[in-house]
Amino acid sequence: MSVELKNVSKIVDGMTHIHPTSLSLEDQDFNVLLGATLSGKTTLLRLMAGLERPSSGEVWFSGQDVTHVSVQKRNIAMVYQEFINYPNFSVFNNIASPLKVAGKKQDQIRRQVGEIAELLKLSEFLDRDVASLSGGQQQRIALARALVKHASLVLLDEPLANLDYKLREQLREELPKLFAASGSTVVYATSEPEEALMLGGHVATLHEGRVVQYGKTTDIYRRPENLECARIFSHPPINMAKIVKSNDLISIPGIAGWQCPESFRGRPDREYVIGVRPHHLSLTNMENSDRHVAVSGTVQLAEISGSSSLIHMRIDGNDWISESGGIHAYSMGENINVYMNLDGCLYFDQDGTAIH
Amino acid sequence: MNSNRRTAAIPLYRLLVPAIYILFLMLPIYWLLSMSFKTTNEILGGFSFFPRDFTLENYIEIFTDPTWYRGYLNSITYVVINTVISVTFALPAAYAFSRYRFLGDKHLFFWLLTNRMAPPAVFALPFFQLYAAIDLYDTHIAVALAHCLFNIPLAVWILEGFMSGIPKQLDEMAYVDGYSFPRFFVKIFMPAIASGIGVAAFFCFMYSWVEMLLSKTLTSVAAKSIAATMTRTASTAGYELGLLAAAGALTIIPGAIVIYFVRNYIAKGFSLGRV
Repeated sequence: MSVELKNVSKIVDGMTHIHPTSLSLEDQDFNVLLGATLSGKTTLLRLMAGLERPSSGEVWFSGQDVTHVSVQKRNIAMVYQEFINYPNFSVFNNIASPLKVAGKKQDQIRRQVGEIAELLKLSEFLDRDVASLSGGQQQRIALARALVKHASLVLLDEPLANLDYKLREQLREELPKLFAASGSTVVYATSEPEEALMLGGHVATLHEGRVVQYGKTTDIYRRPENLECARIFSHPPINMAKIVKSNDLISIPGIAGWQCPESFRGRPDREYVIGVRPHHLSLTNMENSDRHVAVSGTVQLAEISGSSSLIHMRIDGNDWISESGGIHAYSMGENINVYMNLDGCLYFDQDGTAIH
Repeated sequence: MNSNRRTAAIPLYRLLVPAIYILFLMLPIYWLLSMSFKTTNEILGGFSFFPRDFTLENYIEIFTDPTWYRGYLNSITYVVINTVISVTFALPAAYAFSRYRFLGDKHLFFWLLTNRMAPPAVFALPFFQLYAAIDLYDTHIAVALAHCLFNIPLAVWILEGFMSGIPKQLDEMAYVDGYSFPRFFVKIFMPAIASGIGVAAFFCFMYSWVEMLLSKTLTSVAAKSIAATMTRTASTAGYELGLLAAAGALTIIPGAIVIYFVRNYIAKGFSLGRV
């Protein structure tokens, strides 16, 4: 089912939660809403679900206006960040509830629930009480209930945020497959850029109640339309600096300079902004290539997270972060060189528009 | 093992205070029971810890004399009617307070509580006048409705606390799954707050059961409550104390039965600060 938001906005008590937004999602696509907390992800999901009515604009499903159609009649499924299940039902009845409401036959319900439970490894718990299960299992029940219905639209509101790390990794891999097989259009809200990348499909970046950009996840990651989008889609935060173009040279004044890229030819000589994702700043110039430019700065903090290190440093008034594999320990105040990958640099005009 | 030894090692003096406390609590009840097995003559005749002439006369009298046992039946009738009405009306009201915001909701909610601050005596006369005028005087429903004035606010107050403990997402998820509101409310929501309904029903039951002034004022013969019966025992034979004690002992039983069923949930009601 295709979903279309036409100039939808939401204002609650004079506060604008969603600015007029238009968004068009294709049938059976996996879509990710990416944005920080309070960027409007949940409100958008609720507008699609019909749990809230838009203050203006229309919601269309498969070419039909459903703005005033009730939640019950929209044939959707939803999974919340908190593990929401029916507390007084057994696991089986929890999963079966949408089918029972729809008036399906007993043996069909049993078969469908059995299949889904198998898929989500819940078979052995079907007779148990929901409250006696762990958080991960409870969220699986919620997912099973969303899947069993074969809803045309499935809305997932940070479904993995409250799960422990291992379970999250595992479900992150499984989810797109599960939903691809179910033939549903999926909208998945998350605040983690990494998660958006792993899930693939399409992504809409959100900022303060506005959709900044919508498109294929990889396209948006590689070619964000503007600085805001690049900022949302980077974790750790993207490194920024002012650059100056003069003739065929680009420089971060007093730090580094390099040849002007193709896209800059013919542009006026003035100030621009550069954005470099942390993993494009390496601690060594391994390939010794001419596509890397050395930048020197002072170490502020060296964080070691698992198999990679985050080096926070100060480069001529800007706080930058470098992320690289392996464990690297530096002491505070040390002067080091990092190597910026020119192919990974994003260029922006002063107003934030990307220059590709 | 360790904890066992510790329990065993509680010195006697530490048990003294709770023991005395329980003794003082139980003493009046024991006295009532002991009196109920005595004859009125023995009660008036002197001081005795145990019934000297153990008799079941008092109980037999209550269970055979219609003026006595009807009192119980009448009381039970209006108490049950009242509990059902109170909880039935409090459920939707409490749901509205817990789920919606509307103009003056907080004031209205507090005002409900203030209803309980007025003494029942204040309402005895207006109720009497009103019910006499509309031919409701001396009926079960009259007492049941009068008690609603106190019990519905109490039930709303208790239920709201339990309902607010259920996340609103549960309601939404039921709608997403296709439940209509009534079906959701009965099939999912009410079972989810079953303990709250139990606690609310218990308090309505108890209040209505022990309330005497209104029930006495609003009934005369047909719906005469046990409380009214018990306070009119100065018969031609003087005070029948044994009979009165037996009636008192029997009056404790329904409350004890009800409290047995909700004992585990009452603590939750208290911790919500709602009881």
